[in-house]
Amino acid sequence: MSIQIRLNGEPHTLSTGLTAADLVEQLGLSGRRIAVEINEEIVPRSQHADTRLVDGDHVEVVHAIGGG
Amino acid sequence: MTQLTDTPLTIAGRDFHSRLLVGTGKYKDFTETGAAIAQSGAEIVTFAVRRTNLGQDADAPNLLDAISPERYTLLPNTAGCYNAKDAVRTCRLARELLDGHNLVKLEVLGDDHTLYPNVVETLKAAETLLADGFDVMVYTSDDPIVARELEAMGCCAIMPLGSLIGSGHGIQNPHNVRLIVEQSKVPVLVDAGIGTASDAAMAMELGCDGVLLNTAIAHAREPLRMANAMKLAVEAGRDAFLAGRMPRRQSADPSSPFAGRING
Repeated sequence: MSIQIRLNGEPHTLSTGLTAADLVEQLGLSGRRIAVEINEEIVPRSQHADTRLVDGDHVEVVHAIGGG
Repeated sequence: MTQLTDTPLTIAGRDFHSRLLVGTGKYKDFTETGAAIAQSGAEIVTFAVRRTNLGQDADAPNLLDAISPERYTLLPNTAGCYNAKDAVRTCRLARELLDGHNLVKLEVLGDDHTLYPNVVETLKAAETLLADGFDVMVYTSDDPIVARELEAMGCCAIMPLGSLIGSGHGIQNPHNVRLIVEQSKVPVLVDAGIGTASDAAMAMELGCDGVLLNTAIAHAREPLRMANAMKLAVEAGRDAFLAGRMPRRQSADPSSPFAGRING
C-alpha cells in the first residue's frame, strides 16, 4: 500500500504508515540541518518520529543556503 | 596612542562589536564564503532558506558547516517572498532550522525586477512575526513614516535600502536615511545597494548603526580584499560620525598661519 504526497512541490510516492522521521531517513537527510513543514505547519524535530504522513500531505524539507 | 572606545551595537538585547553585517550569497564556493566573512569581521551573517535538493548527494557541503552557528549570529532572511504569508512561513522554518533562534531579517519584495520592498505586506508580516515571538530586523524602503510605523510595532532594527538590492548604486537618498536615523530609537542599518567602501562609510557617517551588504564583497574581483575594505570603511565612517565633521565653509581657510610669513 502506498500514498501520494507532494514533496518540495513534486509528486512523491511513499509506503503507507511512514513518519516524517522515516521520510527524512529515506532522503538520506537524517542528522542534517533541515526543517520540515507539513501542510504549512512546522513539524518540530522532536515530533518527526510521531508524525505519520497521510495521502495528500504537502511536505516541505528546507535547508540553509547562501543569501543576503 | 589613545585607545578609542565605542558603545556596542545592541540588537534585540545582544551586543555586537562589528557594525558590518554580511550576506552569504553569490560566492564561488563555501570556502570563499567562509574566508570572506572571516575577513570582514562580521558577527551577524545572513542566509536564505530553500527547498533541499532531493535526490542529490546528501553529503554535499552545507552552508552551516562553513558559517557555524556557534561562531556567528545567523540571520535568516525571507528573500524571495512576495507576500506576508510566505515570509512568515519562511521565518518559522528558519526558527526550526536553528533550534529556536528567533532573530530574523524580514524582507517582503514587490517584484523581481526591482526587488523593492512591498511595505504593505512587510507591515502585515511584521505584525504576525512579532506576535509569534520573533525579533524582527526589517528591510524596508527609505520612507521615514513607514520606518516609524515598523519601529512602533516593535521591530528591533530598521533597515532601509540604500538603493536596489544587488545594484551597487550606493545610497541614493541620504536625506531620507538621515531622517530615519534621527527619529529612530532602535538601530538603523543600511541594507542593500552598497557598492564599494565609500558607500559603507557614507552610511556610517550619516549616523547609521550598521551596514548590511553582500554583493559588493561577493562580486568584487578580490572578495577577501573587499571584505577587508568594507570592515575598515564601516569603522572609519563610524569614527567620523562620532568625531563630528568640520563645518562646511564657502571660502578657503588656510591651515598654515598667516603670521610670520617671510614675505609679510
